[in-house]
Amino acid sequence: MLANNKTPDKPDTSAGALRRVSLWFAAIALLGLVIADISVTTLDPWTELRLMVAGALSPSVWSWSILASSLANTFAFALQGVTLGAIAGFSLALGYRFTLVRAFCSFIRSIHELFWALLFIQVAGLSSLTGLLAIAIPYAGTLAKIYGELFEEVDPLPLDNLPRRRRGLSYLFYTVVPLAWQPMATYTSYRFECAIRSSAILGFVGLPTIGFHLETALGEGHYSEAAALFYALLFLIGSLRLWLHKRLLPLYLVVVFVYLPPQAQLSWQLLVRFVTEDIVPAPLRNQSFNSETLTAFSQWLQLLWQQQLWPGLTNTLVLGQIGMVFSGLLALALLPLNSSLFTAKRSWARGLGDGFLILLRTLPEYLLAFVGLLILGPSMLPAILALGIHNGAIIGHLLGRYSDQIILRADASGGVTGYFYEVLPRVYRQFLAFLFYRWEVILRETAILGILGIGTLGFYIDSAFETFRFDRALLLILASALLNSAVDQLSHYLRRRLHLKTTPESL
Amino acid sequence: MQCQLIRSLLLILLWTGAVAADTTNKPEFVFTAIPDQDESHLQQRFNKVAAYLQRELNVAVRYVPVKSYAAAVTAFRNNQVQLAWFGGLSGVQARRLVPGSRAIAQGYEDQFFRSYFIAHRSSGLEESDSLPETMAGKTFTFGSKGSTSGRLMPEYYLRQQLQQAPDQLFSKVGYSGDHSRTIALVQSGAYQLGAVNYKVWESELAAGKIDTDKVRVIWQTPPYPDYQWTLRGDIDAIWGADFSARLTTALLEMQDPELLASFPRSAFVAADNPLYQPIVDTAIAIGLIDAEQ
Repeated sequence: MLANNKTPDKPDTSAGALRRVSLWFAAIALLGLVIADISVTTLDPWTELRLMVAGALSPSVWSWSILASSLANTFAFALQGVTLGAIAGFSLALGYRFTLVRAFCSFIRSIHELFWALLFIQVAGLSSLTGLLAIAIPYAGTLAKIYGELFEEVDPLPLDNLPRRRRGLSYLFYTVVPLAWQPMATYTSYRFECAIRSSAILGFVGLPTIGFHLETALGEGHYSEAAALFYALLFLIGSLRLWLHKRLLPLYLVVVFVYLPPQAQLSWQLLVRFVTEDIVPAPLRNQSFNSETLTAFSQWLQLLWQQQLWPGLTNTLVLGQIGMVFSGLLALALLPLNSSLFTAKRSWARGLGDGFLILLRTLPEYLLAFVGLLILGPSMLPAILALGIHNGAIIGHLLGRYSDQIILRADASGGVTGYFYEVLPRVYRQFLAFLFYRWEVILRETAILGILGIGTLGFYIDSAFETFRFDRALLLILASALLNSAVDQLSHYLRRRLHLKTTPESL
Repeated sequence: MQCQLIRSLLLILLWTGAVAADTTNKPEFVFTAIPDQDESHLQQRFNKVAAYLQRELNVAVRYVPVKSYAAAVTAFRNNQVQLAWFGGLSGVQARRLVPGSRAIAQGYEDQFFRSYFIAHRSSGLEESDSLPETMAGKTFTFGSKGSTSGRLMPEYYLRQQLQQAPDQLFSKVGYSGDHSRTIALVQSGAYQLGAVNYKVWESELAAGKIDTDKVRVIWQTPPYPDYQWTLRGDIDAIWGADFSARLTTALLEMQDPELLASFPRSAFVAADNPLYQPIVDTAIAIGLIDAEQ
């Protein structure tokens, strides 16, 4: 690890530095709260909430065959997507030392699955190919980053001991890959759970996964049906470790590719039309290139900046920042639920806490934001809550697992004192590492809240797709990709600077 | 092992590509539908409509479900469906994107469709003959962004009567995404005002889901043409010279109440493109589509 230490600045590892960075982030989030609209304006949410609770307590399956097929589709898209993503990610990771490859990976993973899906729908329709690629592409970018960083971090001794320093592929396969294999496998399997959630969410734009029916049921207030669908998704994710064994994986792979072969009525014409017409900015379409069209183009750009890009960027950043800090606070609060330091003597409590966190992180942001909207009224508050609860549960879960490695002295205090004076200082460094890793993801997830009507870039992207203005959609997608890449860079810089260990399980 | 896996994956990909490229000489006729309510259970209900058309037309007919107005239009544009039950606005968008396509039939009720403006009791607004000026500064939610009755026409009348864009008029503007959800949100007071499809309102009222002490209709729009069947222009070349005529007849003669309930309409009547000119003008007026270049 030391051999690869290419830290640009001198790392500052003091507790003071951690405190300073934390305070800065909190201060920026507070400033965001001042700008953001967080008023509470609701009057009578109880009728609807009563219906929701009643629905949650009386799940009803309307059609077992639809439930089964949409669960199977959810699983199939996820497994296919992660497999293809892992193969592509592995190939990209081989060239991860090249800046261009790194930038490419950062770019493809900074575009949300939903937007990849919306783009592919234009050329490949609502097909199984669309679903596969929408997951595989961003996951390839993420997995490439993780694999690449793992390759950099393995013990360089075997490679250094080779007679000549040739960096051929076979050298890599015999020296680096075996050492990185275990964490790669662990991480990929963790990522698979995320892929199932992604796959479910693709249903929101029309792919036949469980999200398709879940969104409909929630939208129309059929809460008993929604509950059944949600419990089924929860069950699928919760039971993975029981049946998704490594040795059975090839079998499952064959089954999903036979069950849902990635196909589409691809037409060359559609692709050509999409590239040469649809995404060309409207003022430039079918125009000869002269000063007049250039003026029209700059006006178009200016208007787009004023009306959509600027407000979208601001809202995305503000929501992302507040959401991140809130996730962090929530994660610290949830940590005891999932840590053996606090639940050691009561295994049932650990199980319960674990289950609660799985429940929280599986709840779609969509549902959380809608409940928030009912209770709190329209503002940024429901979105902040949705982002915070979802991501806080994920970080809390990871932090809990990390804290299991800590051994406290037998006479260490317990309870609140133990939490603040024994545990928190020991996990704080890791906590920041997780949070910074998650930052980029939180920002990307503001997209889905935009689709629900909160004025982030996702809102304007969705509006552009709704009105078939793909030129605008693409420009807005590129803007959000640039923003996410920039945040990714900043987070990378901060982690290096503070010398935070970059265990990759947290993306 | 790794190589084998990759090779078999590649094979599978190639094979499926070949399957996709294979076209039989008598293709399946595919349609989709944008329902304005009760979206769940669509597949079952519309499979019956598909079976009806298949019987009448003597070709294989299949229904594909879609999630949104935009998805339906995209499928139509890409020739993944040849016939679609569109809303007023989505139909206009689809016909602009597919030259030669035309509206062939609309629901009986679609000749005089309406939107309701609804208000939570706390807003203090009562039913009136026009949109009250006191709406200003309150919170308001549309339905889906691409909806005719939940977005287009309400926005048009707001601009026409109160001379302001919704963003300027209201303190907050939302898009609930769904008519039922608009009702739920206004009933809960999350938004003080909203605009809905009148049929959804009436059917939820009949089902006892609406508490009129909490939320009520304060204004209804004048009638406008809404949902319609739109057909691509190039289908006779594939399915036979009289295919579009036979299809139109089959739709207009659909009488089974069970089939009609899927839409839900009492009957279908003839329609054509010029009928929807008011929708085109309105959509251009509020910037949802660009004027023809």
